[in-house]
Amino acid sequence: SSNEHKLNFKKSKEACLSYIQDALLQKQWKRAAEFLTCYVESLEKDYSREHIGPSEMIWRLGTEILWHHSQNSMKEFNCFMEQMKTLGVKRYLKVCLEHVFHLLCNGQIDEAYQNLSLAESWRFGEQTALQDKEMKLIQAYRGLLDYYSWSKQKNILLEQGEDGFSDLAVEQEMHSYFRKAAVNLKEIIKIPGVWDIFVKCYVDLLEFYGDHNEARQVLNEYAYNSRFPANPNAHVYLYQFLKRQGESKKSLISALKILHDIVPSHELMIDFNTMLQKSKKRKKRRLGLEVIFAALDYAGWKENAKAWSCLARQVKQIVISEKHLDWIKQEWNSRKDWWPAFHFSRYLAKRNWQENKSLSYEKALVAGILLGKGCKYFKYVSHQGCKAQLKRFRMLKKFVNRHNPVHLRISG
Amino acid sequence: RDFNERCAQCSEVNWGLTDGGRFYCRSCHNVTERTREVVNTDFITNSRVQTISKGLRKQEKNDGGSEWYICEGFQLVLKKQVEALEALGVCPQMKDEILCNFWRCYLQKSKQAYCKRPAGEAVKALSVCESSTDVDSDPERPSLLHLLSLSESEGDLQTDCSFASSVSKVSESTSVYSGSVDGSLYLMKNQKEKLRMTMPMTLSFCYMALLWVREPITLSELLRFVVEGHIPYLNVFQHFPEKMKLCGLDLKIFCVESWPVYEEVFNKMHELAAFLDLPRFPDITESCFLHPDMLCMKYLMEANLPDELHNWTCRVVKKIGIGEVDFLTLMPGNKSTRKVKYDVLAAAVIVVVLKLLFLLDDHYEWLLSDLAEERNKNNTEGGPYFEFKKWYEVVKHSLDVEQKKLDEERAKYLWRCEKPLFYSVKNKSKVLKRRQMVVNLQNQFGKLSGSVQRAEKPNPSSFQLSWSEENTDGSCFHGHSLKGILQEKCGLLTAMNPDYWLCTVKLCNEKLCGHLAHYREVEFPQSYHFVLGLFSFLLRVQPSYIHDEVCMIEHKLFNKKLYKKLKYNTVLRK
Repeated sequence: SSNEHKLNFKKSKEACLSYIQDALLQKQWKRAAEFLTCYVESLEKDYSREHIGPSEMIWRLGTEILWHHSQNSMKEFNCFMEQMKTLGVKRYLKVCLEHVFHLLCNGQIDEAYQNLSLAESWRFGEQTALQDKEMKLIQAYRGLLDYYSWSKQKNILLEQGEDGFSDLAVEQEMHSYFRKAAVNLKEIIKIPGVWDIFVKCYVDLLEFYGDHNEARQVLNEYAYNSRFPANPNAHVYLYQFLKRQGESKKSLISALKILHDIVPSHELMIDFNTMLQKSKKRKKRRLGLEVIFAALDYAGWKENAKAWSCLARQVKQIVISEKHLDWIKQEWNSRKDWWPAFHFSRYLAKRNWQENKSLSYEKALVAGILLGKGCKYFKYVSHQGCKAQLKRFRMLKKFVNRHNPVHLRISG
Repeated sequence: RDFNERCAQCSEVNWGLTDGGRFYCRSCHNVTERTREVVNTDFITNSRVQTISKGLRKQEKNDGGSEWYICEGFQLVLKKQVEALEALGVCPQMKDEILCNFWRCYLQKSKQAYCKRPAGEAVKALSVCESSTDVDSDPERPSLLHLLSLSESEGDLQTDCSFASSVSKVSESTSVYSGSVDGSLYLMKNQKEKLRMTMPMTLSFCYMALLWVREPITLSELLRFVVEGHIPYLNVFQHFPEKMKLCGLDLKIFCVESWPVYEEVFNKMHELAAFLDLPRFPDITESCFLHPDMLCMKYLMEANLPDELHNWTCRVVKKIGIGEVDFLTLMPGNKSTRKVKYDVLAAAVIVVVLKLLFLLDDHYEWLLSDLAEERNKNNTEGGPYFEFKKWYEVVKHSLDVEQKKLDEERAKYLWRCEKPLFYSVKNKSKVLKRRQMVVNLQNQFGKLSGSVQRAEKPNPSSFQLSWSEENTDGSCFHGHSLKGILQEKCGLLTAMNPDYWLCTVKLCNEKLCGHLAHYREVEFPQSYHFVLGLFSFLLRVQPSYIHDEVCMIEHKLFNKKLYKKLKYNTVLRK
């Protein structure tokens, strides 16, 4: 119809909004502010049928602009946030929370704490119940800041202890922060979610006060409760805790097993492999091989000398014992098509040799066993090594030559 | 005062007004049932509004307001608009004689004033306003949602939803409905025969008056002045006096949130002229600004095209007879003649001339341009030959710049004004709070953006693009000669281009689909798009609108050839 192109309020504001977006994307804060000034009168219209109303738009856009434009003037920023809090009661706690984040980013911890306390005491009829989740977050962050204060007090105490002083007041303050923090942190981690920082802090508190059982329970819940989203860090925290507690290798290994499944490229795979290699159980040693091969599938590990040394050690051990060559065969089967180009190219041989001789040594051993003494990588590195008259490279050459037929059995 | 009936008792014509607003015969003191109408001929708010039927209304307006009718509001709007036009240089007769009479005539014909109001209507109007009892019990009262849905959607105030829901909870007095006396009545009645007044229609009134006086302002210019703020439209109601309280349904009538389009105002104007039974308008002759020859000259200048093209436009105008007085002059109510859009017509003529000379098929015009360039190298005497390519580059650049500015302005437009608008007294405080917040935010971000206040409105000007011959960079093409692209034949200069392509072979039936042709559906050459786009920008209308006119002109121009072809086709089929 001919009225489609009519310029009306709605279209005008839509256009205005797209100008603001463009300006923000290009970091033109002044220009964005200019258009936002024209956009704000949208507040006087009711957009209850729209998905995102003008008040939310203004909050989000205005925050961005003020944050980048007038970073020095937190006063302006705070004033704006206060206005935004009054704009939408359904968003009140969310706005408070984001405001707190900005304050924290600006290093204003005390103000952040005040705002959190204020928000915690907010009540507004049925909205209070509807915004329960945000409230829990607010309490959790207050708990976090309490933890931070506790931590400061603890450090003061430790310093004083070294000097031979002991201040009762500091100690009491510390305990009181602990209580406040513990209460809130405990609450939030009950709800399924990703709460890495809260969990860490809470466990830290528990460990300090010697409540290891509770700590263990918390970490187990966090890692193994299926209601919680899959989170590699949960397993890492549990593992680290168990390690600190001096738990048996068995429980350490079981803690890392799931981590290997979720994130085969995790940095703890080296620890994992090391433990598994030393195990008396055949299954575990088998798993160890699988773990280290899997880790080296990832580009991030290509130059990790430690990882290669793990693999080299295990491969060497298997070859010498002449048992379980089929393990290597199994692992190599799915990799023989692409590992040579990925790890053992001549270019890499040169580069590894130049940059990291230990790396090239380990890799050359693996290459030599898997691909035979004729492979480019091994040939180049061993040649260079022998030329440089490095003993271990001569040993390497001998070793690989001796076990050369192995590669045929592996790749066959 | 306008009541001329004879008294039933003494047959005298000597009337006065009671306090209750009824007429009484001064001779025999016979009181009638007739109530006095509101309109004052002096174009100022009738302060005597307060005396109207006070006794019959149960509510007292305790907020200092008085009772006012919708048409009073419109009267004020028109007054402001015509004053603005006067400030722009329009002759003063327009206000006092022309528009005033048009308005009076309208009021009379639509039975809002200057006539005997049927008693039944008056009672109905009162019954809507005076009830202070429960909203839902009265079966005669139209539901609020019904009222809102009936009104035009031109002002799509989205507060409707919330308003309706908030009011339905209210079972208070009807001061919630509207500040005016007849606001709800206004929206309710199906006023098709009576041509209900709307905000866009105020511009139709203005245009009609301008046309009558044959002022040199085209409709597209008028609308542009409105958008640029030289003629009050958007927030005129803020000039209503304090006593005229605006709320509730009044907002739907007076607070528009869109700019009216050419088509709308144009069509309404013709409807209005017919409705008022106006006679034939003053003649549009060759010396008139609105005559195609004159307008073509103006637009050629503005489009930076050579003056020599004017000869060609005049030839086309003459050939198809659109320069005739009878064609151009408005004859209201005559349905057989096509309504003339003077500005669009002139632009279309130029487009046709360009097509005649340059073909505009994305190929020929560039060839011609190269040819002209070649000729220009050897051209030592007189002015340079016109090169399409150079013109295109210069004009496109300026057009892009101006279009970009316009787009930004449109996005930055501020629609609200200081005067707060609220549907009901209930949400007044909320509205005021919101307004305060808006002002605060505007100040805060306004400071950040560096621009303290919006720039002053630029002075209204008739030309949006201007080119000066004094520029040495050769960016003005007015004086360029067309010799570069013409050839001599039998002593006359004719176009080298022997071809022409029609925009459409068959015109659509305008009554069926609303258009003569469909611009979007067919692919046209880029040069054609560009030229349409240029005039579309200048006139602030959609390109398709100009395209329709182009089709119409082409069909008139090549009428014989087309006719022959059609006849040939039908013969073949037989």
